[in-house]
Amino acid sequence: MRFERSHTRKAVALTVASSLVLLASACGGGDDGGSGDSGSSGGALEGRGPITFATGKDTSGNLTNQVAAWNSQHPDEKVTVAELPESADQQRAQMISNAQNKSDAFSVLNLDVVWTAEFAANRWVTQLPEDQFPDLGKLLPSTLDTAKYRDKLYAVPVTSDGGLLYYRKDLLAKAGVKPPTTWAEMVTDCQKVKALPEAKSIGCYAGQFEKYEGLTVNFSEAVNGAGGVVVGKDGKPNVDTPEALAGLTALTEGFKTGFIPKAAITYQEEPGRRAFQEGNLLFHRNWPYVYALAGKTDGSSKIAGKFAVAPLPGLKGPGVSTLGGHNYAISEFAKNKATAADFIKFMSSEERQRANIEKTSQAPTWASLYDDAALNKQFPYLAPLKASIEGAQSRPKVVKYGDVTTAIQEAAYGALTGTTTPKDALAGLQTKLSQLITQ
Amino acid sequence: MSTSAPVAERPTPETTKRPKRRSSFNEGTGRLAALLLSPTMIVLILVVGLPILAALRESLYQSGQRIDESGFVIQGSEFVGLDNFTAIFSGETGDRFWNAFYNTTFFTVACVVLETVLGVAMALVMHKAFKGRAIVRASILVPWAIPTVVSALLWKWIFQADGIANDLLGTQILWSTEGWQSVLSVIIADTWKTAPFIGLLVLAGLQTIPDEVYEAAKVDGARVWSTFVHITMPLVKPALLVAVLFRILDTLRIFDLPFVLVGPNKESVETLSILAYLEANQTRYGPAAAYATLLFIYVAVVAYVFVKLLGADVFGDAIQRKPKKNGRSGRRRGKQEAPAAALAGLTASSGGGGGGA
Amino acid sequence: MAVAEKAPRAIDVKAAEAPWYRRWLPLIGVGLIVLYCLLPFFWMVVSSLRRPTDQFENTIIPSPISLTNFSDVFKAGTGFQRGLLNSLIVAGTVTILTLIIGMVAAYTLARLEFRGKNFVLAIIIVTSMFPGISLVIPLKKLFVNIDWINTYQAMIVPSLSFALPLAVWLLTAFFRQMPRELEQAAMVDGCTPAQAFRKVILPLAAPGVFTTAIITFIAAWNEFLIALSMVNRKEIQTANVVISQFTGTSGRDQPFGSQMAAGVVVTIPLVIAVLLFQRRIVAGLTAGGVK
Repeated sequence: MRFERSHTRKAVALTVASSLVLLASACGGGDDGGSGDSGSSGGALEGRGPITFATGKDTSGNLTNQVAAWNSQHPDEKVTVAELPESADQQRAQMISNAQNKSDAFSVLNLDVVWTAEFAANRWVTQLPEDQFPDLGKLLPSTLDTAKYRDKLYAVPVTSDGGLLYYRKDLLAKAGVKPPTTWAEMVTDCQKVKALPEAKSIGCYAGQFEKYEGLTVNFSEAVNGAGGVVVGKDGKPNVDTPEALAGLTALTEGFKTGFIPKAAITYQEEPGRRAFQEGNLLFHRNWPYVYALAGKTDGSSKIAGKFAVAPLPGLKGPGVSTLGGHNYAISEFAKNKATAADFIKFMSSEERQRANIEKTSQAPTWASLYDDAALNKQFPYLAPLKASIEGAQSRPKVVKYGDVTTAIQEAAYGALTGTTTPKDALAGLQTKLSQLITQ
Repeated sequence: MSTSAPVAERPTPETTKRPKRRSSFNEGTGRLAALLLSPTMIVLILVVGLPILAALRESLYQSGQRIDESGFVIQGSEFVGLDNFTAIFSGETGDRFWNAFYNTTFFTVACVVLETVLGVAMALVMHKAFKGRAIVRASILVPWAIPTVVSALLWKWIFQADGIANDLLGTQILWSTEGWQSVLSVIIADTWKTAPFIGLLVLAGLQTIPDEVYEAAKVDGARVWSTFVHITMPLVKPALLVAVLFRILDTLRIFDLPFVLVGPNKESVETLSILAYLEANQTRYGPAAAYATLLFIYVAVVAYVFVKLLGADVFGDAIQRKPKKNGRSGRRRGKQEAPAAALAGLTASSGGGGGGA
Repeated sequence: MAVAEKAPRAIDVKAAEAPWYRRWLPLIGVGLIVLYCLLPFFWMVVSSLRRPTDQFENTIIPSPISLTNFSDVFKAGTGFQRGLLNSLIVAGTVTILTLIIGMVAAYTLARLEFRGKNFVLAIIIVTSMFPGISLVIPLKKLFVNIDWINTYQAMIVPSLSFALPLAVWLLTAFFRQMPRELEQAAMVDGCTPAQAFRKVILPLAAPGVFTTAIITFIAAWNEFLIALSMVNRKEIQTANVVISQFTGTSGRDQPFGSQMAAGVVVTIPLVIAVLLFQRRIVAGLTAGGVK
């Protein structure tokens, strides 16, 4: 018995000791920061050899073609694609987890525009010397802006995205109205259309109002389109203003009066597209991807050939889209950064961007592609999309973007569902954002 | 090897009762037990124990929350004592915590009660004889076998505004909005997935009840309900308790279903696991670990209370089993003796074949 | 299994004497249960058989029926076959290891008398009380340090540890109810304790072992978060991770149809396994559950 005890004790002691060693090493990783200064200064893009490209979406399999094109030209600097889950949250989580463990598993990161600030501020991605990327001037300026943090370049925008107003051109024509350019016109147009017998029960308008990133996008568009701002040019939140209130009130009134169908509070992109395709919506704010799908003539879309797109309407004038898209950045912990930089140049080149839009219909960042005649024929929405992107507002470029967007969603959702008044929601949001952004 | 020694002694422990417990504690048995248990313990300590310790440690630290003047996040972590915990209980965060605490508790109570009732009902029905019950048993396992990743998506689709649920009901319920309907959708999906599991365990329990017991009850003129309450339930109780205990542990940590089905930051369905996840997602690992620790403590307390109140035969029974064989059976034990004996006889008889080979 | 055969007879007798509703109510109940369990699965199958462009339809029978979703799942480049194989490797290894390690532990807990048995049981169950999502970050740090990222063991060992508590508890209960006289008799016949276990106890325990096996296999087969976090090389990602990577044609459209098709493909092997083993499972659970 005594033996047994001492034996157990020894075992316990051993276990504890070894656990502590492991624990120390398990926890040590994050604590020795500060040494990561090298490379942040820019210009230190060295090393050539195979790299890995971490990305979430190989839509329609075209990425394979793009990478194959690179690999055939660079047999010694092959790119391997590390596919991440479709969910944006999980993509970000995987990239962060690799960065925090200083893993070199991912060389080039495909970042959503709103993550750029966080990755830059944490030194998870390398600052890029602008002089090594001569083509930056040929990209749409608004997209290039998303790749910068505190005026320094950390990434290169490769795809963009902007909101478009989809409308039923058949019904508008029948009612004898032109596509709306303001919110008020949209309201009156809808009344006229609803006077038609075949459109009695059609819903007027919907965007994305479920409590997720899409709500931040739609709320920002409402505020910006009314002349307000969420975060001003000085980087300070300024959302408790009459303009912002007017923008948000337009949405809340829309829900109250039935201008926006009740179900829209549950809409992400896909349910909204579904409602539009089923012919249940007159106006619909969505991204360019809907164009091809809603135009399918195999019977899946009831409105093929009956819709068109226009730039987003604002409250009293032209609307302001929220900018989407993806930027390619180089992981701070990557090997072969010179290859990584070349790969990014390759992917953002005019030739590759053209190949990409042809196959995936993703909006390019290369300005001249929007004026290309052949592409405009294939994608008739390119002109309004260019206008949308050129005039688009970025979402706040802050390190704790996750907290900011949560606060915005909280305020907007509360106002839309009627648990707070728009005024209180904005006042509360201003307080929240001030705490979050000045820290 | 020394293995044979302690085992060979076993007849002794078997026949002597209470006093034996002490005498059998020889060094060999202890050492052998330690040896045999070590693989399990090593795996559990390495892969669960260490991360738990790391998380406990993490809950006392904060990192990456401040930005220097050039806009970079200040590296390194800082010991903050219990700040992460006190922060959870103060102000708005406190309200949020207690709301999540309430939701977690409510989901657990509602889901586990429903699953138990449904599971028992399933088992009772399936216990009746009919053709093709093999198919039925396989079909009740289907919900259990579908990966959670996929079934959460499936239910999300079903519960969309224009989804099949509203179509069938002829309503326009907005399931993913705040309110009772979102809570209900989570409970429905969770119950669907796990009631079969409980049903199966209970069915298994039912099938060990020898027919003689029922026949005896019938001779006594016992009615259906009283047969159920006084004979069936006590006999399936041990099986049921194990199932319910593990279900409670799981449901207290519920995450996927409310997160995927209804979404994050929805007050009605926010659970403690979701809070821990959201904090970690914002790279606030200290507070995230603090939430996880609180949940851990809560789960442990609930499990302890559950075992103490209901489950002596679940948890402590490693020790408490002996009285049964001893004949010192209490009231409850007495009832269990019949099936136990029947089973013993059964295993013994079929064992003869196996052992003789 | 003999137990399973025995029960029905008595009930038959009962049913024959009962009024008509006694006979029909259970059948109706069975019908309801089967519907309840299978309807959502039916919807999954139906959704997977639509054309991708029809994924929003609510018709009960897809028209036209299309296998596009299934061919999308298996088309070159998704790595889904490889994912299935990896899932099989991981879940299979986890199951085997859980059984071996769990049986040893359970047999020890059931048969050996030693101090701290309750404590061991408590420790084992305590490890399944920490929120799983909070284990991932520290585990990843650990695995990075011991260079386990992108290895099978980085998925196998965590799944093993998640499965062990339930397995040990079930098997302990099961072994404990076997009369010790069995081993004693075997040893009197000249078996060593190890032989007694293998030749007498194990055959008897087979149903319980099968039960544990299926439970473990399903749990390991369905594991997602660890598999996602610990592995970023296509060649060893599991099927669940591959499913999570499916995208629509343009990134914002959700490939619901192919996700459901993949779900069907992932579920079917489990259902077949359950069908094959279900008698054993039930018999096993029976023996394991009731003391």
